[in-house]
Amino acid sequence: MAKKNLLDPNDNGFIEHDHNNDGIDRRGFLKCMAWAGTGALCVIEGGVLTSRALASDMGSKMKSPKMGELSFVQISDSHMGFNKPANPDVIATLQAAVDKINALPEQPEFILHTGDISHLSKPSEFDNVDQILKGTNKEIFFVPGEHDVLNDDGAMFRERYGKNSKGQGWYSFDKNGVHFVGLVNVMNLKAGGLGTLGGEQLEWMEDDVKHLKSSTPIVVFAHIPLWSVYPKWGWGTDDSAQALSYLRKFGSVTVLNGHIHQTMQKVEGNITFHTAFSTAFPQPAPGQGEGPGPMKVPAEQLRSILGITDVNYVQGRHALAVVDSSLA
Amino acid sequence: MTKRNLLFSGLALMIPLALATVLVLHPTRAKSEAAAAPLEVRVDNFTFGPDTLTVPVNSTVTWVNKDDLPHVIASTDGVFKSKALDTDDKYSYTFTKAGTYAYFCSIHPKMVGKIVVQ
Repeated sequence: MAKKNLLDPNDNGFIEHDHNNDGIDRRGFLKCMAWAGTGALCVIEGGVLTSRALASDMGSKMKSPKMGELSFVQISDSHMGFNKPANPDVIATLQAAVDKINALPEQPEFILHTGDISHLSKPSEFDNVDQILKGTNKEIFFVPGEHDVLNDDGAMFRERYGKNSKGQGWYSFDKNGVHFVGLVNVMNLKAGGLGTLGGEQLEWMEDDVKHLKSSTPIVVFAHIPLWSVYPKWGWGTDDSAQALSYLRKFGSVTVLNGHIHQTMQKVEGNITFHTAFSTAFPQPAPGQGEGPGPMKVPAEQLRSILGITDVNYVQGRHALAVVDSSLA
Repeated sequence: MTKRNLLFSGLALMIPLALATVLVLHPTRAKSEAAAAPLEVRVDNFTFGPDTLTVPVNSTVTWVNKDDLPHVIASTDGVFKSKALDTDDKYSYTFTKAGTYAYFCSIHPKMVGKIVVQ
């Protein structure tokens, strides 16, 4: 892999973080943060995650021989039913996300949706999302956001998206040698607290991963970040440390979250954390502004801070490559 | 001198009268204030305003959501719980027993408040 791992997005619309060489490229990290809202592609390569911002002219660069053993896309926070500034048309932006996915030079095998499918847990909202996502012609795995379980403790969500799930909707599956764990951290929340996994789910997870070889790449996905992004705004999960402790033996762990409507990433030992764009509306950077409500931006800027995340796994490599890609 | 005395006795008369008026009117005024005061908690920018509200027994408190995102009002002890409140939606609950009722937003649990019923 090239020594210089950050390419100027203004030159080619492509940011790559190579954590294999030197852990984190600080400049790259900051630059990627500045790109929050443009969408990302994730590639798992030998245990650490690589991040690239996708732009419309990146096609040829993406056809790297490193990629292709497992490619999937993460989308998040569709908030179907939201109709306020800065996005009165979340149908159009979700459709734009689908178009973006369908235009990827390397077609993903499946899609992860990390929650807040709907805005108000209404059947019509779920129906609209289902209808639009059908356009990808891909298998889709969901975990709920707090907006999807508003009035019935998630019964409707599980009926629609969690038929084979355990407990309140958690499950795991394997694809091309990568083990995926979908977690629920938006239910039974405690006053004054953050996201919660709960004892039953933690027990299940410990059991789920303990028989796996330490060389198995692990992808954990859940709605609320499983790392402490900004607890003051509720952007974290109270018992995530317990869950992550079960993953210490693995060489490659990638944690994908949504909820905060902006891309952010962090590497901590063997674990790479990444949050995805929303397809509906942006939220402010942690602590910027008065609160975590929808961020109002000029209409012409909106699509540059919404997007999708593309993830790629290459066997023998140590990290998954994660590339955020805006809808602009 | 006479004039000043007159003025003085006039004032002396008026002060008790004024006091009596206040005494007579005060309970009525307090009562009408309680009835008119909006026992309302505004949910705004992910906070409850006021975060502590003190009300008499049998008061009905109304929460109104002024945020662009929904919230759910839930008593910490499970005494009351609203449906999801979208923007400008309201939820009311009548407190018939004295006590302190802690509550939070069940989907944004960092948001906490309490109603003190006396």
